[in-house]
Amino acid sequence: MNAFELSKQAVIDGREARKKGEMPRLSEDEKKALLSRYHPDLKEEAYTTIRIGVNKGQKTVHEVVRLLEGESPLAENPPDLTPKHQVDVLVIGGGGAGASAALMAQSAGSKVLMSTKLRLGDSNTVMAEGGMQVAISPEDSPVRHFLDTLKGGQMANDRTLLKTLVSEGPANAKWLMDLGVMFDREEDGNLSIRSGGGSSLPRLLRCKDYTGLELMRVLKDAVLNEDIEILEFSPVIEFLTDGNGTCTGAVLKDLDTDKRIVVQAKTVILATGGIGRLHIQGFPTSNHYGATGDGLVLSYRAGAELKFQDTFQYHPTGSIFPEAMAGLLVTEAIRSVGAQLLNVKGERFVYELETRDAVASAVIRECEEGRGVETPAGRKGVWLDMPLVDVLHGEGTLADHFPNMLRQFSRYDIDITKAPVLIYPTLHYQNGGVKIDVEGESTLKNLFVAGEASGGIHGRNRLMGNSLLDIVVYGRRAGVAAAKRASALGFCPLTLKHLEDFKTQKKAAGVVSETVSPILFPDYVNKG
Amino acid sequence: MTVSSAKEKTSHTVKVEIMGKQHYVPEGLTMLQAMWHTGHELTRGVGCLGGICGACPSKYTTPEDAKIKTALACQTQVEEGMSFSLTAAYYPNRKVVSDFKKMEDPKQEIFRLYPETALCRNCDACTRACPKGIDVRTGVWKAAFGQFKEGADLFLSCVMCSLCVPVCIADIAPNQVGLYMRRAQGIFFNEKSSHLLARLEEIEQGKFDAEWEQLLSLSDEAIISKSLA
Repeated sequence: MNAFELSKQAVIDGREARKKGEMPRLSEDEKKALLSRYHPDLKEEAYTTIRIGVNKGQKTVHEVVRLLEGESPLAENPPDLTPKHQVDVLVIGGGGAGASAALMAQSAGSKVLMSTKLRLGDSNTVMAEGGMQVAISPEDSPVRHFLDTLKGGQMANDRTLLKTLVSEGPANAKWLMDLGVMFDREEDGNLSIRSGGGSSLPRLLRCKDYTGLELMRVLKDAVLNEDIEILEFSPVIEFLTDGNGTCTGAVLKDLDTDKRIVVQAKTVILATGGIGRLHIQGFPTSNHYGATGDGLVLSYRAGAELKFQDTFQYHPTGSIFPEAMAGLLVTEAIRSVGAQLLNVKGERFVYELETRDAVASAVIRECEEGRGVETPAGRKGVWLDMPLVDVLHGEGTLADHFPNMLRQFSRYDIDITKAPVLIYPTLHYQNGGVKIDVEGESTLKNLFVAGEASGGIHGRNRLMGNSLLDIVVYGRRAGVAAAKRASALGFCPLTLKHLEDFKTQKKAAGVVSETVSPILFPDYVNKG
Repeated sequence: MTVSSAKEKTSHTVKVEIMGKQHYVPEGLTMLQAMWHTGHELTRGVGCLGGICGACPSKYTTPEDAKIKTALACQTQVEEGMSFSLTAAYYPNRKVVSDFKKMEDPKQEIFRLYPETALCRNCDACTRACPKGIDVRTGVWKAAFGQFKEGADLFLSCVMCSLCVPVCIADIAPNQVGLYMRRAQGIFFNEKSSHLLARLEEIEQGKFDAEWEQLLSLSDEAIISKSLA
């Protein structure tokens, strides 16, 4: 037996003895020390200073700065700005936040156009597995949800945004259910709830481990059932402004014909999601193909302020074996029902339901200090022992509650009811984004931002289940606010003047960039 | 799910055919990774890369039999002698508007919106085409018989890839029927959650207002000690 198989056998052999073991929780000081030593957000050499724009002088990772300081695709050949579409509200992005926003704006009477880079519904929303946090149990309260989230966010969360998020949770869960979303139930008909890392009480509504798929399938169908025009495969490549701090429209690129499409909009809602496909610090990612940070780049260039642009979530349990599954998420919910993390010797090394930043840091520590397991392809990770869930809760629990996980691994002949799997942190979420107020408006007038593209709600670390909540609460709020604003406005001039301002700033700062951004897609094509 | 940046220790390759052209690619790649490896630029046909969005339905054959099989290209590893392509980039689909708000009896309405639902001839091609292993045919029958709860459960893992649609000899769009059944079940037939409704009422009546006011005036330290308590 090789080292890999020996280590796996140690995990299997030790399962029975481990099942009742308690793992001490980290004190605040221990957690701080762990993060500062091992969390990728605190790796100084990965960061650099932003030299231009509103957040000039602040830092973020090289991969993002390169794009923020990049050239507009319209710099050389600005198109004729005669609009092809004139709408009240332009919604950019077809995930959960965009769909929620479009539905609300449309029902408020606005003429809505949606633009998406891939298809409507292609997003990180559809991939969300674990659930949506809503404080509904009698023992729980929105205040408690607030406190858990704030603590998880390293106390950095915008408190007004957060209070609104948790207070409107129940109403938003009802809205989803009224559209037909089916969350899991208990025998008595009440919604079933589950624990998540960093939460003091069980609070996760879910649909098995298909929560995001369920939400997105329903939201997409709801959009298709309304009179909302949709342009798929037509990402935004530049915003248009009045030249004076107001967003007035956008230029799209039709990916099928390469034509530019000019849209004049009274208000714009940006819901383009996150950055996983930038593979920050070389991490694999759990994100969908289009998660290339377009929203950050476009808003920043047009003059919007960013918030917490330097912090990212590395989800502790991304699959690393087999190689074809590298980066793919293993839901945190599996740890919340008892799956344990084990190093090469089959020993536990962290309480599995610490917040994600802490668990990820502990996994990295094990690997850096020589207690990781190497895969045949040369990746390092630790074991996640899922069969323990069936040991603790009875045979069939994994199959019943995690059918997606079971199926994913079974394609590669791995039976998660019998064997542990290898994991390592995977780039999962941008904790920050475009700064918004409680209506979802950015510092660029008439540009609203919702979902992962926005920043402030989650502070410096998001808790499990708060993203599905965020996209619905703030997607809807942005939709309502953008529609209301649009109803009192006429069309404003379309200019690319912000590009000139940006050029001037770049020149003054001596920034020379060979990158054209947004990049729209990661470059995986072998050129050899 | 990227083309591996980790060092590959094996030098094994397999022979595959992508849209009729022969290539040698490292074993262990998924169909999509094999396409990137061989220089294909992809926009349509790629989505979540996690088997859950339905963007990459594909068809393939293997040397041992004549059957044309279906798969999600992001989830299926290439093997020796495999011949494959992504399916049509877009299925023209009949647009059906289901206005649940105005609907009275969704179990009857299904025969107006999707009249083909009653015409299933039991060929089972849909079930065989499903890359998620759903018993699609039974699901369609559940729809026809008004057994929406059971039908909805069967379609839980449907990713709307549409591979079941073109194979249906009765022109049923089983994935659409499944989604309709799920939404109808959720809207019309699921129980109300008393916990949720009670919490909504508490919020409306301002039960937490005083607590909020006090909390938002606290210092970070006070909040931390409160949340630890």
